[in-house]
Amino acid sequence: MKLKQVSEILQAKVLTGRPWEDIEVHSACGCDLMSDVLAFVKDQALLLTGLVNPQVIRTAEMMDIKTIVFVRGKVPQGSVLELAEEMGMTIMTTALPLYVACGELYQNGLKSKEV
Amino acid sequence: MAEQLVLRYPIDGENFTTAGQASSNLKKVLKQLGVAPEIIRKAAISMYEGEINTVIHGKGGEAEVTIFSDELRIVFRDHGPGIPDIEKAMQAGFSTATDEARELGFGAGMGLPNMKKYSDELSIESTVGQGTTVTLIIQLR
Repeated sequence: MKLKQVSEILQAKVLTGRPWEDIEVHSACGCDLMSDVLAFVKDQALLLTGLVNPQVIRTAEMMDIKTIVFVRGKVPQGSVLELAEEMGMTIMTTALPLYVACGELYQNGLKSKEV
Repeated sequence: MAEQLVLRYPIDGENFTTAGQASSNLKKVLKQLGVAPEIIRKAAISMYEGEINTVIHGKGGEAEVTIFSDELRIVFRDHGPGIPDIEKAMQAGFSTATDEARELGFGAGMGLPNMKKYSDELSIESTVGQGTTVTLIIQLR
């Protein structure tokens, strides 16, 4: 699924600057527990989370996750966004809660593909 | 197994903002050395969990990474409270982390189990009241 479609499904706002519409994601992980994210190895994955601290960005970096969606309308601090920009990540925010955001993406075809 | 490169990273105790910088740096170095992406990911996850553990539990310390031609050795040393029961600490779900660590998405008792999962060898030496040394080996081939 392309990020353009992700943003439309979640009615999400993109907070980082680089071109993002055509980036493909193959699976998604909805999680507030960073250690669980670290146990989840998938390629070209999208992370949905309600946590907005710098360790979310670090965790994504370790996992080669390039896209993070913050749920419930949460927006991280400027320094967290700067770190994400530095890592070449795309950051979005959606008003939807985690469960609904995951459900919408799953229903629209973004399954959790094994690698 | 000729020694190629030694990297030393001081880890600031209880500074959750800078935690992860050492892992980020190691990831870049391994990439520059042309290590395979799946091995870089194993190393990055293990290093990051170790770094977080050193911050949360060790109250700071250091990580020493030695890159050999065929393997990577990561040693975390801290002078924190030590681990009274290592077997228990290795159980998934067991944690003594603070609320602050939990609020950041850690402290679920997955750190050591994840480090074991993503490394080829893991050993822990700990003395209560003196500190802990965790050694990880990751094969590069």
